[in-house]
Amino acid sequence: MTTTTPPVTEPVGTVPPGAARTPRRSGRLRRIGLPYLLLLPALLLELLVHLVPMVIGIVVSFKELTQFYLRDWSAAPWTGFGNYKLSVDFDAPVGQALLHSFFVTVAFTLGSVALCWLIGTAAAVFMQDTFKGRGLLRALFLVPYALPVYAAVITWVFMFQHDNGLVNHVLHDQLHLTDKPSFWLIGDNSFWALLTVSVWKGWPFAFLIVMAGLQNIPGELYEAAALDGAGVWQQIRRITLPSLRPVNQVLILVLFLWTFNDFNTPYVLFGKSAPEAADLISVHIYQASFVTWNFGTGSAMSVLLLLFLLVVTGGYLVVTSRGRRASDV
Amino acid sequence: MSSPASAPTAAPAPPSAPGPRTVTPPPRRSPLAPPRSFLWARRIFLTVLAAFVLVPVYVMISSSLKPPQDVSGEFRWIPSVLTIRPYIDIWSTVPLAKYFMNSLIVAGSATVCSVVIAVFAAYAVSRYEFRGKRVFTVTVLSTQMFPGILFLLPLFLIYVNIGNATGIALFGSRGGLILTYLTFSLPFSIWMLIGYFDSVPRDLDEAALVDGCGPLKALIRIVVPAAIPGIVAVAVYAFMTAWGEVLFASVMTNDATRTLAVGLQGYSTLNDVYWNQIMAASLVVSVPVVAGFLLLQRYLVAGLTAGAVK
Repeated sequence: MTTTTPPVTEPVGTVPPGAARTPRRSGRLRRIGLPYLLLLPALLLELLVHLVPMVIGIVVSFKELTQFYLRDWSAAPWTGFGNYKLSVDFDAPVGQALLHSFFVTVAFTLGSVALCWLIGTAAAVFMQDTFKGRGLLRALFLVPYALPVYAAVITWVFMFQHDNGLVNHVLHDQLHLTDKPSFWLIGDNSFWALLTVSVWKGWPFAFLIVMAGLQNIPGELYEAAALDGAGVWQQIRRITLPSLRPVNQVLILVLFLWTFNDFNTPYVLFGKSAPEAADLISVHIYQASFVTWNFGTGSAMSVLLLLFLLVVTGGYLVVTSRGRRASDV
Repeated sequence: MSSPASAPTAAPAPPSAPGPRTVTPPPRRSPLAPPRSFLWARRIFLTVLAAFVLVPVYVMISSSLKPPQDVSGEFRWIPSVLTIRPYIDIWSTVPLAKYFMNSLIVAGSATVCSVVIAVFAAYAVSRYEFRGKRVFTVTVLSTQMFPGILFLLPLFLIYVNIGNATGIALFGSRGGLILTYLTFSLPFSIWMLIGYFDSVPRDLDEAALVDGCGPLKALIRIVVPAAIPGIVAVAVYAFMTAWGEVLFASVMTNDATRTLAVGLQGYSTLNDVYWNQIMAASLVVSVPVVAGFLLLQRYLVAGLTAGAVK
């Protein structure tokens, strides 16, 4: 991390020493052009890595692109809406699998976002007042968020092992809750394993954001409420939670998008092919593209996913912004 | 994190660090002692949550000190003997040092580039009125919602085709990965820094402009030093993003450029799964980021308070 600062100073050298004293006319021109010049690197990179690929992705989704055309993708034959038809033909295996994966992802996302938000908010509100050990606890709570995804998830893989894992040891050997050790990373249980890991990893982000949001609530509000005789629970319900509304609006949206698009967690947890019960859409598309080398269909699925997310995000913002100014978004 | 090289030479140090730079103690709720029900609810909730968070951390640490027989048989809470053997073996079972270097180079470069670019962009948005400003911020932010999988395939094609056409090897190289990763943290970094720069009083850099500094000089001498906590927060975020990314690393690296994210899975594809070594390796790769994050977390909270959460 120590390497982050020096380059910031580098551009000093690129400004000619006399630049500040250049004549008025060119100075004026520079002032108009300067903001664009400053934005240029960010803009170019966003174009190269996000927007151009997105456009290409949309084009590819109308082509029949297999590994034979990798060297020159523009030569791949057009198929019109063929890839889309294949993706949404819910009577055929491909469409059926995609629909199943979609429902799994929706259920997983709703569960994970709700739990992350709930735990994060509760922890932040409970830790609003100072008490002994608060700083330590806060640092501990941020550890799952700070851990690299693969390190955290691989630990959970170990804990979920059938023969030598902690989960079966506790549930079966120590508490005798199950008749025999369960499989957690294959079969129906894998959904719950995935949800647990996702919540463990995700809730500290909600905690962090809500904690920051709490600092913007003026203390006088609480004092006034206390003078009026409101207890702690009432203060939380009447002041804290309503004040967090704008923070929550963004937080829940971000949690939703990240969870819905999450690839890292299922990929490290299950490997290249996820069990059916935990077949999240990102891994599903990855598999459809890179394992079967069928980029056209994979792209069509990605575009459908993006459309879905656009609609949901738009709808969410319209609904939650009702009564609030749109510019707050 | 020493102060930036430019700070000592900056002529007038900013008179006072503006508002939200330091973490103020959060507003106390009731001046009265909270009731029993609240205290007990808090105690129970936080204890259960701490246990939930701690168990995997404990498993990681304790298992990394176990001999192989402890991790292949039934799970043991307490190691039968403590050994540091796994920490020695991890370096020879897979080329961990190489993966480590690759991750360090990729994440470090992506962080530096991302922070510099975000500083310039955020300064433009924060200090200038120009046509297309709103379009820019909305577009940049909305790229956050794209599923990574959507542009993985086309980016893969672009890199392969650029490589075929010009000979610049982006696919499989660290450069391609750096380029990709830095754009991941860019939108959030710009967004957060805009808020942060907004909270640095304009008088400061306007005074510098009057004194004959160019706008860039004013940015580097005045605004950047005053916004260090925000910049640190953004750097931490960018580094963590690049250090932990799996999807693009799994497609866009080869044997020579493999990063930790992919390399760590090498321990389990061998005939035997050395869980003690996997845990030791996970711990080793986590320590730099977790330590850095915990040391700098106050900045992140301060940065979020000033920038993102408004």
